Amino acid sequence: MGKYDDGMAVTAPKSLDVQRIRADFPYLEELQNGKQVAFLDSAASAQKPRAVLDAMTRFYETSYANVHRGVYRLAERATEALEGAREKVRALLNAAEAREVIFVRNATEGINLVAYSWGLNELKPGDVVIVTELEHHSNFVPWQYVARRTGASFRMLPLDEHGELRLDLLDEVAGDDDVRVVAAGLTSNSLGTNNPVERLAAWAHERGAILVGDGAQAAPHRRLDVQALGCDFLAVSGHKMCGPSGAGALWGRAELLERMEPFLLGGHMIRSVGDEETTWGSLPHKFEAGTAPMAEAVGLGAAIDYLEGVGLEAIEQHEHQLAAYALEALAELPWVTTYGPPADRRAGIVSFNVDGVHPHDVAQILDMDAVAIRAGHHCCQPLMRKLNVVATNRASFYLYTTTEEIDRLVVGLHRARAVFA
Amino acid sequence: MTEFDQLYREVILDHYKNPRSHGLLDAPDAQAEGQNPLCGDEVTVSVSFDGDTISGVGFEGRGCAISQAATSMLTELVVGRSAEDVAGMPKEELLEEIGIPLSPIRLKCAILGLGVLKVALHKAKGTPLPDEWAQGDDLTIT
Repeated sequence: MGKYDDGMAVTAPKSLDVQRIRADFPYLEELQNGKQVAFLDSAASAQKPRAVLDAMTRFYETSYANVHRGVYRLAERATEALEGAREKVRALLNAAEAREVIFVRNATEGINLVAYSWGLNELKPGDVVIVTELEHHSNFVPWQYVARRTGASFRMLPLDEHGELRLDLLDEVAGDDDVRVVAAGLTSNSLGTNNPVERLAAWAHERGAILVGDGAQAAPHRRLDVQALGCDFLAVSGHKMCGPSGAGALWGRAELLERMEPFLLGGHMIRSVGDEETTWGSLPHKFEAGTAPMAEAVGLGAAIDYLEGVGLEAIEQHEHQLAAYALEALAELPWVTTYGPPADRRAGIVSFNVDGVHPHDVAQILDMDAVAIRAGHHCCQPLMRKLNVVATNRASFYLYTTTEEIDRLVVGLHRARAVFA
Repeated sequence: MTEFDQLYREVILDHYKNPRSHGLLDAPDAQAEGQNPLCGDEVTVSVSFDGDTISGVGFEGRGCAISQAATSMLTELVVGRSAEDVAGMPKEELLEEIGIPLSPIRLKCAILGLGVLKVALHKAKGTPLPDEWAQGDDLTIT
């Protein structure tokens, strides 16, 4: 077989064998009232395949020591494992260099790093920070806060009636002012809208601004390429992509990261510490003070291997089919209102309300049938105000979700409706 | 009794669908409102007095069945009692009336109205604020 013979397989996405995937996830072995949990809350946090749990246990058992400073072999192995995980994140995001990848707890911490280290130092009165009306609080509140601290103007890019960004209003929102930051999520955690971040980034760069992308809801579900996206920073959460809680990553363009002040100070992030002054270490260490979440990073690396093994293209396609299936099923219920764009422009997230039934009651009734959905404002209070609701129900899907689980959701909604009718 | 029947027992659904003392008083002596930011429950309670005795109470709100039904049940428990008595009313008294097992999250829904009422009493009569709110919990009041 020639070297390039299997190249054809790359162009056609592998299809996804959901039953085989479900066998990899221990949570499905735990029954609730005799039933497998229909876990429709992966947008909040994803379940973990055994491969991730095993990789972390193995790391603790065979390679555990504090990284970087140790000269003994165990410390070397730990360092290799951590740096190996960094390389996996780099490859996943197609970053140019591994030193552009900084381990953080989650996307929120990554965005805070940018807001504090870049924003507090770079922004000045009169500068403009633009966020979107769709934003999760994680890419909204830090910018609102930093704008207030620096005297910058904080503005919101509105949505249209489908929950999609009004890019046509960008120039109007900006006016003639000095736009410095555009902060936008790649995928809305609440409506599932896939935002045209490439176009936002191009617009931001034309205005001399940076684009800070929140990739928490996108990285688990489709292939991202930070170089093609054209953003300047991108934050992801490992726990949403089958990795453990406590490990996320911030990618930033090296020339920006190099010019920035550190965020957290202490051990490991220094070059030399004098009595009066300290100089900072090189990237990525400058931004990784203290002992890293080593086992968590190893778990994230294993999660990336797992997702790549299944195929991100196949995962995206699977979730797309599920979103279309769910939207179609919910459209048949005249007492259900769904929010957000049509299936072809959204991720596997469906937000909805049941007439006359508060989302918390819906979620509670569904829980009795072991169907787990989220109910609330989804950390998107500005969006909830725009939709004129206090809360919504949200079902979100991942590689292990089946259409049967969506059927169970629909049955539960009928039940909730019947109780409150 | 199934888990389902327990949580949404008939009396809860009845109070939710037909809330007692619904609507704010025209000329209240005090009024307070509160939210539970976790789930977006909102309750406003107005109260009037005859001397130190609660003579009338009315509420408005939107939120889950537990929060609204609990507030409705609360209004039936407090009319005719003194402000001081109700300000010191333990949440267990209301929870007993509700009579269903509640998870910690839903407990906050259940006692929202009680906390708001205690704030209104505080405004009018200077009675102590409820412990659960004084501790800066997940409830906001105005």
